[in-house]
Amino acid sequence: MLLKGESILTKGLLALKNGDTGKVKSIQAGRTATKRLYEMGFNTGAPVKIIKNDSGPVIVYLNGCKVALGRGLAEKIILDI
Amino acid sequence: MSSGTIALVGNPNSGKTTFFNALTGSNQYVGNWPGVTVEKKEGSFTYRGKEYHVVDLPGTYSLGAFSEDEIVARDYILTGNPDVIINVIDASNVERNLYLTTQLLEMGKRVVIALNMVDEAKRRDIEFDIQGLSKRLNLPVVPTIASKEKGIEDIIKVAIQVMEKKPPVKSPLKYNEVIEHHINHMEEVLKGENLPYPLRWTALKIIEGDREVIKKLNKSILNQKAINYIKDFFKYHSSGDFELEIIDARYAFAHSIVDGTINRPEEDVITITDKIDKIFTNKYLGVPIFAIIMLIVFQLTFALGQDTLGGVVAYLVEGLGSLIESFLLGINAPGWLIAFMIEGVINGVGTVIEFVPIITVLYLLLGFLEDSGYMARAAYVWDDLMRKLGLQGKAFISMIIGFGCNVPGIMSARTLDNKKDKMITILINPFMSCGAKLPIYSVFIAAFFPNHGGLILFSLYTFGIIVGLILAKIYSKTLFKGESSYFIMELPPYRIPTIKNVLRNMWDNVYGFIKRAGTTIFVVITLLWVLAVLPASAQPYGEFSILGRIGAFLAPIFKLAGFGTWQESVALFAGIPAKEAVIGTLGMLYASEYVEEGALLVNAIRQHFTSLTALSYMAMTLLYTPCVATLGIIKKETNSYKWMIYMALSSFVIGWIVAVLIFQIGSLLGFS
Repeated sequence: MLLKGESILTKGLLALKNGDTGKVKSIQAGRTATKRLYEMGFNTGAPVKIIKNDSGPVIVYLNGCKVALGRGLAEKIILDI
Repeated sequence: MSSGTIALVGNPNSGKTTFFNALTGSNQYVGNWPGVTVEKKEGSFTYRGKEYHVVDLPGTYSLGAFSEDEIVARDYILTGNPDVIINVIDASNVERNLYLTTQLLEMGKRVVIALNMVDEAKRRDIEFDIQGLSKRLNLPVVPTIASKEKGIEDIIKVAIQVMEKKPPVKSPLKYNEVIEHHINHMEEVLKGENLPYPLRWTALKIIEGDREVIKKLNKSILNQKAINYIKDFFKYHSSGDFELEIIDARYAFAHSIVDGTINRPEEDVITITDKIDKIFTNKYLGVPIFAIIMLIVFQLTFALGQDTLGGVVAYLVEGLGSLIESFLLGINAPGWLIAFMIEGVINGVGTVIEFVPIITVLYLLLGFLEDSGYMARAAYVWDDLMRKLGLQGKAFISMIIGFGCNVPGIMSARTLDNKKDKMITILINPFMSCGAKLPIYSVFIAAFFPNHGGLILFSLYTFGIIVGLILAKIYSKTLFKGESSYFIMELPPYRIPTIKNVLRNMWDNVYGFIKRAGTTIFVVITLLWVLAVLPASAQPYGEFSILGRIGAFLAPIFKLAGFGTWQESVALFAGIPAKEAVIGTLGMLYASEYVEEGALLVNAIRQHFTSLTALSYMAMTLLYTPCVATLGIIKKETNSYKWMIYMALSSFVIGWIVAVLIFQIGSLLGFS
């Protein structure tokens, strides 16, 4: 049974396509990297929209701010779709 | 006599620099925070007859211990005691910006909010309830457009009011029960200790596992009970346990502030920035576009900086020299004084000043690109390739600039917030063959490889890059290992550069160059001149001057590399003050008359070198000790003499090894 607001889909950021959106669920990186991402706004529940995910660092809109993320980092960000 | 100190705090890209410029105008100066490589910007302004001191702290996303920038900013806030903090916030991004605000309030500091760049926010259809924001934050909020100098007077008034009234600062938020419980216990234990920081804040930082604070506490004289408590705390709790919850709580607080007071459109407006980025960050177009832009920058730099302005400056310097010469002759000054003034001082000053036009134009153009927001895209476009080579995108930009001149190339390493990346980028920049070395190559190419100029040049440049990259790899595994760099970078919206900003930035850089690098160059050139004309009995610049003797003494070192005469070694040393001097010195020493260029010099080169030794000499020139201006800027940017000396010595050794290898292996293979 789905609780209100619970999504049935979670994906790593890299698995999303241009135009997809999601909210940050967790980050599977090392402590420093995770903390850094959290502080920059990739914290729990932050809304993310994919702008460019073909090659090179991923570009997303994070709550209205455009950010580029290295692929190694991006794949560790898990989103609720 | 300052009536108060204002500190500026804010995220990168919040327009804080523009704001600082609007506040202080030309009453600002740049220095270094002691012991670190972070720039310190201070200034002042006068309002109603009173003078106020402004400190612009580095732009940061947080005030933790993540980078030198953060540590510097935080230390100043806590111990520098600013009377009020103006928190510059990007109006299009308030929620994220408020994360920093929360931390300021938790430190117990008085804050005034500058809601900056409201014009951009309005263009994105974002609406504000300023009163509501102010009420929820319990802080004054003043909308500003720093680039148009709007709202500046309003916020000055408010900041001064706060300074004078000194309202109490409330802790902005409470965390969840568990964390608050730990905070309270920690406060109990620490109560009564002589803490350098506010009590609750210290307790919170310990629980967050803040390394800097814990380090400071370990050094201070906490009583045993406190030390044991903290030790026990970390026995049962990893510091990672609460960190993220705390960050989430701060963001939840930020969200509660903007929810309802700031309205964003449902669908994000597709901005011009996005449209431009579709092309500029495109997988296939990104790099070529960058190449074109940089080509234009360099062409303009050399055309305006070297040819046009450089010509004017050289003319002026010459004119000044003549003036001084006639004056001294007129008052019957002794010959040595005249020689010292003309060949030493004017020559020395001239060398510094001749760099200025190029650096000025280069900085103007680069500053324009940076202010427009393009540079972030350039770093983005190159990051992939750079990572494979052990560097990152932003480092690449520094390398590219270095091909024009190593001085601005090294200065641009400031944008690398990771110390490891910054240091490595600085140390490999001199291997990007700078513009001043071109005349040297062209003479040798004319003498021995007239039909292969392009190939030789390309090989030299590429070889320099390869050496640089190999060293980068070595440094990242030895000297600067451990700290890795992640690519997280904000891509600010494209903006029309603010002329004031660009000019001020250009001026800061040029002035900084003249002042620091200039003093070093000047001292060294004067020294070399003295060595070249003493003893008085010997012919100046001749074999028996001190410099000549040093050259002769060191010449055997170069025998292995194929150019072991004293003239060649002296010329190399003359290249340390400025690379252009290598050719001039060779000409002067070979011929009885001073020849700068032309067929005479080419002939002289043909007589004293072979094609093989020409190659080894060019390799030496490519790699060895960079010019004094570069050494000076390395000292300035690393804030230490250690690295400057290391650069001078290591590059000399590397150049020597390569030159020797080229000559020896070439000889073995039968070339001559």
